Amino acid sequence: MDYLLETRDITKRFGGLTAVDRVSIALERGEALALLGDNGAGKSTLIKIISGVHKPDEGEILIEGKKARIESPMDALAAGIETIYQDLALAENLDVGANIFLGRERMRRSLGVLKVLDDQSMREEAQKVLDRLDIHIPSLKKTIRTLSGGQRQAVAISRSIYWDAKVLIMDEPTAALGVSEQKKVLDLVRTLKDQGIGIIIISHQMYDVFEVADRLAVMRRGVKVGERVVKDTTPDEVVGLMVGSETVGKER
Amino acid sequence: MSKNRQPALADGAPTGGRGRAFASSVKGSWVLIFLGLEIAFFCFKSPGFAAFDSGQMLLFYGVQVFLLATAELFVIITGGIDLSVGYVLGFASIVSIKLIGWFGSLGLGTGLSLLLGVGATLLVGLIPGLVNGALVAYLDVPPFIATFSMLGVCHGVSELIINGVYAMGLPKLASDIGTGHLMYVGPGGASLFQKPIVDRGVSVLEIVPNIVVVTAIVVGIFAFALARSKFGRHVYAIGGNVDAAVRAGIPVKRRLLGVYATSSFLASLAGVVYAFMYVSGKADAGASLLLDSIAAVVIGGASMFGGSGTVGRTMIGALIIAVLDLGLRMSGTPTFDKYILVGVILILAVIVERYMQEAA
Repeated sequence: MDYLLETRDITKRFGGLTAVDRVSIALERGEALALLGDNGAGKSTLIKIISGVHKPDEGEILIEGKKARIESPMDALAAGIETIYQDLALAENLDVGANIFLGRERMRRSLGVLKVLDDQSMREEAQKVLDRLDIHIPSLKKTIRTLSGGQRQAVAISRSIYWDAKVLIMDEPTAALGVSEQKKVLDLVRTLKDQGIGIIIISHQMYDVFEVADRLAVMRRGVKVGERVVKDTTPDEVVGLMVGSETVGKER
Repeated sequence: MSKNRQPALADGAPTGGRGRAFASSVKGSWVLIFLGLEIAFFCFKSPGFAAFDSGQMLLFYGVQVFLLATAELFVIITGGIDLSVGYVLGFASIVSIKLIGWFGSLGLGTGLSLLLGVGATLLVGLIPGLVNGALVAYLDVPPFIATFSMLGVCHGVSELIINGVYAMGLPKLASDIGTGHLMYVGPGGASLFQKPIVDRGVSVLEIVPNIVVVTAIVVGIFAFALARSKFGRHVYAIGGNVDAAVRAGIPVKRRLLGVYATSSFLASLAGVVYAFMYVSGKADAGASLLLDSIAAVVIGGASMFGGSGTVGRTMIGALIIAVLDLGLRMSGTPTFDKYILVGVILILAVIVERYMQEAA
């Protein structure tokens, strides 16, 4: 069966700097792939290429085995690739339903003529997707501002899922969270995997990676230096790949 | 997914103590309490204040503030500000009189030239807002600069049109409408629009000035649009998180253009109403109303950083100013006192709001 998402020899140069150098990764349905690397390793650039923010200089992206033209963020969204950045892109002054439907509001006819916002049905739909992901938020009428960091993350993820994400890219999803909330977000990642969604997760937290990822790819200076199945490797070996020192892993 | 798994995110919103609950319940209503105290104060200070007619007069003289505050609210929710509303009002008061005169000179009937003149003025009145919006949305000019410059342009153009004096010469029908009432109840029964002719000394009860009705309808329509339309939702989203709005595919630039156009439309309407009320137009007709309109929005609890505020609460803020205005006038205090007090109340509102926020 074809991969859900595949990149082949993606290369991106900024002036004289090769930020991403012939990187190929592949993602299966229901799989979580962790993307690791030190600052400046090229992870973010690679992600931005997949989500349509940057155009690659070389290489191609395949979705379900078919070559995809991803030249703008809208193309990526249309192809089912949703990216959740660290800032989550939520309007904190609006409620959960309004955020899930932001820019794609549901309207109903009032008095037969006027088109008005259908907040009731937007909240109901929001509740459905939250239920599907086993997320509990006390009141959907409350604004995002009143929610905890983990709940906000959950709302951002729910929005992607509601709009039929096949691939979910998460940039440091647990970075700003407390310990118990981190655990809940990781639980949520497992739930998403169970539902067949492919996840690319960028994280500095080795714990997260070993907790939820199935495979990991390590980048260094724009090049993919290694790929491991998580259960066959150790944090020490991964750190060794990241910093480029072969000795780290051998001290044990 | 298994049913008995631990819910992914089960904890509720953090719950606070009693003080928090108190602060949040007062948060919405302190302006109402203030308004009540203010009315009580003026009733006590000048006996004539506690009358049905004073209530109507309050609304009558308040229409400009109601319209400009609504205009300002839309812009402030997006995180911007429109400093030009006062001079757009003045500009429109002059343009309406000139255009009505011009249509009249074409030999059209009085009614028709009023109608065409008002319609044309409201169209011309969109121009300052469209320019403001284009500068802010497409050329990234800060709202403060764009609308401050527009203030100057409108002021100058207005003075050029009237050579530094007044615009005058509206037909009597205009002032009949501008100062007339919806309904009159006299000895001979009730009548609509037309004031009955009665003997000297016989009193006729006048109910609701026409321009108050017009203002209420217009403000109501814009309140509805803000709260219930897609446009309104986008306005809040832009003020809440403009990056999120862009990434959600909201046409942010077009919406901003619409917001600034809305603002100058309402300011122009306020100018037309001014012309009908006072049968004259002048460049600085609305100069002192900028402070009033921004104060009304801020007293009404909107944040200058954008994302919050409602027309209802803004109208309470505007009423506080209208009561102050009429109350001071009826007790014979010079207008300058009002400027000082509005300034002080504005500052107090910001401080109280900040305190409530921290308490909540």
